[in-house]
Amino acid sequence: MTSLTPAKDIMPPPTERSTVLGWMKKNLFGSIGDTILTFVAGGFLLWLIYAIVKWIFTTAQWAAVTDNLQLYMKGQYPASEDWRLWLLMFLLALVVGLAWGIFLKRAEAVGWVLLIIPVVLALWLISLHREAWWKFLVVDVLAILGYFLGKRYPRKLARPTYILILLYMPLTILIVRGLGENGFMKLVPTNLWGGLLLSLLLAIFGIVFSFPIGVLLALGRQSKMPALKMLSVIYIELIRGVPLITLLFMGQLMLPFFLPAGITIDRVIRATVAIIMFAAAYMAENVRGGLQSIPKGQYEAADVVGLSGWQKMVFIILPQALRAVIPVLVGQFIGLFKDTSLVALVGLLDLLGIARGILANPNYIGRQLEVFAFIAMIYWVFSYGMSYASGRLETSLGVGER
Amino acid sequence: MSNESSTKSGAVKEGEPIIKCEEVHKWYGNFHVLRGVNMNVQKGEVVVVFGPSGSGKSTFIRCINRLEEHQKGHIIVDGIELSHDVRNIAAIRKEVGMVFQQFNLFPHLTVMQNITLGPIYVRKWNKDKAEEIAMQLLERVGIPEQAQKYPGQLSGGQQQRVAIARALAMQPKIMLFDEPTSALDPEMIKEVLEVMEELAESGMTMIVVTHEMGFARAVADTMYFFDEGQIVESGSPEEVFLHPQEDRTKLFLSQILSH
Repeated sequence: MTSLTPAKDIMPPPTERSTVLGWMKKNLFGSIGDTILTFVAGGFLLWLIYAIVKWIFTTAQWAAVTDNLQLYMKGQYPASEDWRLWLLMFLLALVVGLAWGIFLKRAEAVGWVLLIIPVVLALWLISLHREAWWKFLVVDVLAILGYFLGKRYPRKLARPTYILILLYMPLTILIVRGLGENGFMKLVPTNLWGGLLLSLLLAIFGIVFSFPIGVLLALGRQSKMPALKMLSVIYIELIRGVPLITLLFMGQLMLPFFLPAGITIDRVIRATVAIIMFAAAYMAENVRGGLQSIPKGQYEAADVVGLSGWQKMVFIILPQALRAVIPVLVGQFIGLFKDTSLVALVGLLDLLGIARGILANPNYIGRQLEVFAFIAMIYWVFSYGMSYASGRLETSLGVGER
Repeated sequence: MSNESSTKSGAVKEGEPIIKCEEVHKWYGNFHVLRGVNMNVQKGEVVVVFGPSGSGKSTFIRCINRLEEHQKGHIIVDGIELSHDVRNIAAIRKEVGMVFQQFNLFPHLTVMQNITLGPIYVRKWNKDKAEEIAMQLLERVGIPEQAQKYPGQLSGGQQQRVAIARALAMQPKIMLFDEPTSALDPEMIKEVLEVMEELAESGMTMIVVTHEMGFARAVADTMYFFDEGQIVESGSPEEVFLHPQEDRTKLFLSQILSH
């Protein structure tokens, strides 16, 4: 028996320092083929960047965008009522901050991402009023204040925060729409809502309402009650077999014929309902996928513990099923946000609708590229934001781990 | 309702069996899984059910709390007959705890939440009382320090002990164990069996499906040997181990005891 090898005889692990040069040598110029590819691809990339930058700064004429920023952002929403949008923004920042502080103690990353939402939205409003940068500061201060308050008094503030979250959607409608004919918070009819404001409202309401309806439909489809099951299946299969645009047209053009004379439903509401109906059917199928991924043992364990049917769903099955399909659901939310642009085809002035309207102005003839590049970038910022948020949410909830 | 009186629990008189199974039959399609099983279990009795795989022993104990439905015969638990009446099923499940081979803990809840879910929402206890009792149970199964962890952070043996605590938290009169150690590494089997032995000594009525013959010898009052959906032989551990009557039993015992 020999004694243990003295430490000094053990070879140290090979030091692997990654330097920029080393990395390049390994990954970009590893062989002759690699080197050629690197030069070709690099050259193409440089050319592309050059062309784009050159177009942005010399060829493109941005007047069609810069002259109409207000229109892009909020349509014809009156400037005198802009403070109401800011109010919503302040409220959102406070709610997000509170929720972050109270509920996400162990998930700091999610908090950061949630904070990005009001910041991005505030940036959107800033482009309305460049002198309003201090309001942007208020948004941040409120969010951080909410965070520290929530962290300090989590028990006391939990209930008010829940109530605020629940009230936020109706409050949004109330504040954006207003109350009476004149005076404080006067009525702003929906035909004045437009631009990104309308797009976001359609998307948010679409997401918030289609989600619970979709969950109910998914449960209905799994139900043992034949009537409920059949209704759910018929609804889902009918809606999934029809393009969204036809639903929108039906809502805008056909619905009025079926309503008794004298009753009209607001066009924005009709479009929102069509979007919600459409999204709910897809949501149901995604949630069903999650439900099917839950092993039978979980149902049995819940039965044996004595939980009733709905308790089993709410406490055991749905939390696991929804967690499993977060990536799919977020993908669908992103799709839904972009699909709201279809309402432009039935005459609503959302971001795309406004863009088309502006392009119809003789002053801006031939400026399609600039205008569409601009609104594409706006869609991208929000879509990527959602995608990034979902990625962080997955990490902090441990999706994929068991 | 014809059996109104039988829906009340605790109707078992002294000396009456707490579980009565008469001529229980079950089919999966054309496959006759249970072919007339008769079994009476007294209060405080520890029953070990063993037999080759596919003999219907798991199916049988899963019939007792209606995870599987029997198609013929009667199962009467604590004075309540199992029928299609949902209230009867709920009443029986309140009194019958179960431990599974695969633990089946809820992975998204902490150990503490796993244990207190039933007491809070089914027994309607307040949270403090439920947590206090959960801590006592965790101490009884030897892992009070794991209360705030998630099941995925525990070893298999620890998970199974949490599962036992979860079942006990409902304060059941009867505990069913469906091969509780079959999914465990050898060194973890012991810790689970020790908990079960302690439970048996405390007077709990238990039906255990297991191949742990050492455990059976130590704590079983009655052993039942299942084969092809029937009880081939039953008796005390001495009778079954030392003087088996049936050839099928002898063969099976020689196979599992030879190594």
